[in-house]
Amino acid sequence: MNTHFFGDTAVLTGRSLKHVTRSLDTIITTAVTPIAMMLLFVYVLGGAINTGSDSYVTYLLPGILLITIASGIAYTAYRLFLDLQGGIFERFHSMPIARSSVLWAHVLTSLVANLISLLVVVLVALLMGFRSGASVLAWLAVAGILILFTLALTWLAVIVGLSAKTVDGASAFSYPLIFLPFISSAFVPTATMPGPVRWFAENQPVTSIVNTIRDLFTSQPVGSDIWIALAWCVGILIVAYVFAMITYRRKIA
Amino acid sequence: MTMTATPVQAPAIHVQGLHKSYKIVHVLRGVDFDVATGSIFALLGSNGAGKTTIVRILSTLLKADAGAASVNGFDVATQAPDVRESISLTGQFAAVDEILSGRENLVLIARLRHLEDPGTIADDLLRRFALTDAAARRVATYSGGMRRRLDIAMSLIGNPPVIFLDEPTTGLDPQGRLEVWQTIKELAGHGTTVLLTTQYLDEAEQLADQIAILHEGRIIVNGTLAELKQLLPPAKVEYVEKQPTLEDVFLAIVGDNGPDESASTGTDE
Repeated sequence: MNTHFFGDTAVLTGRSLKHVTRSLDTIITTAVTPIAMMLLFVYVLGGAINTGSDSYVTYLLPGILLITIASGIAYTAYRLFLDLQGGIFERFHSMPIARSSVLWAHVLTSLVANLISLLVVVLVALLMGFRSGASVLAWLAVAGILILFTLALTWLAVIVGLSAKTVDGASAFSYPLIFLPFISSAFVPTATMPGPVRWFAENQPVTSIVNTIRDLFTSQPVGSDIWIALAWCVGILIVAYVFAMITYRRKIA
Repeated sequence: MTMTATPVQAPAIHVQGLHKSYKIVHVLRGVDFDVATGSIFALLGSNGAGKTTIVRILSTLLKADAGAASVNGFDVATQAPDVRESISLTGQFAAVDEILSGRENLVLIARLRHLEDPGTIADDLLRRFALTDAAARRVATYSGGMRRRLDIAMSLIGNPPVIFLDEPTTGLDPQGRLEVWQTIKELAGHGTTVLLTTQYLDEAEQLADQIAILHEGRIIVNGTLAELKQLLPPAKVEYVEKQPTLEDVFLAIVGDNGPDESASTGTDE
């Protein structure tokens, strides 16, 4: 049956992308919170924060991008949940299609929708004075890390979308993810934090990802951070994918 | 009512000794029935009797704990892809995409069934189900009856030989019900096998060639309407004043055609 996998995935991705383009508010609400945070931190709090870098918006942007993704994937869980609720998920599953394409379509849609939101946030950051001397290769590396992070969180969202009992449950899981960058190097250097908090901040995934993207933006050597960042992204991706598949099989069993 | 004149065929649906439990609830306790090709089979039962469970097993959405079932000659457990190729499911709630237009919904299904020329297929069905005027509108704006018509239209794409309709008229107004009934009769007239579940006795009486009553996880009665009637003592004559039912009144006043969405599914009565 997998002869149709790519065709079916393309058709179903086209369908859920229409859900995104026809409710542009989802893109805007995804981008609006990170943008508001960026404004708040750059123009209100930032003056009192000493990061040792020339431009606070440039320092801040990597963390803001991760917050954008964390709020964006809530819609993936939401759209998947609605498909299950409305019965169209079952309709697709009773049809002669490659069944896994139903999930992959949501994953690809999540990727596209998040990339659009990220682009909006980066454009606003540019207006606010974000500048980067990063090479094309460095930009590609940034894009690659953001895509990996989006995929990892998207599969997490798939687990939630498949197992949620209510609409609220389907989107509330993203709040802790949105909060995670606050206890990291995203807003202030971790060196200022008290012992246990600092230990947590320095050893949670966001810090290594933020540091890597920041170094790439500012044309600094990325050091070992990039490998830790990649290990986190790939690790979360694999674990989330495996659990998503287990949840999915249980759902359709 | 059966249109087929061919020699004895294998049944379109064959169910034997089907068992299914959810945790501690034993929903199906040995269900057996056959559905002849090209006939309408009604599965009658109260809420929670297990009708939907049977439909979900037959449409490969759920695995039975024990027993065997085949659709169009294919085993639902071991030949699921062939079963899916042979069927269409219209679930209890109209499984349509609210954000897409009616036409886009039909095109979507036609493309997923890998058919040539999805646009033409969609336009034909829109015409047949009196949805042409609403074709470009988002389904979110449709009435319940229009949604159900679109839902059934989506199920007809690709002309699957077997169609499952799970409570197809629940929640519809009287006109909507009549339209759906007409569609089901047409389907069977063209040789499609229809298995429908319902909790409305008159619906089974109106449509079905064969009626099975599901009660506490078993088929307790299975036969034609005439056979079922013979189970009771012969009719006795009583004189009852014939009052029009409210449905008669309602239909007489508003006419058979809905004011907004117009028309039945195309055939004259």
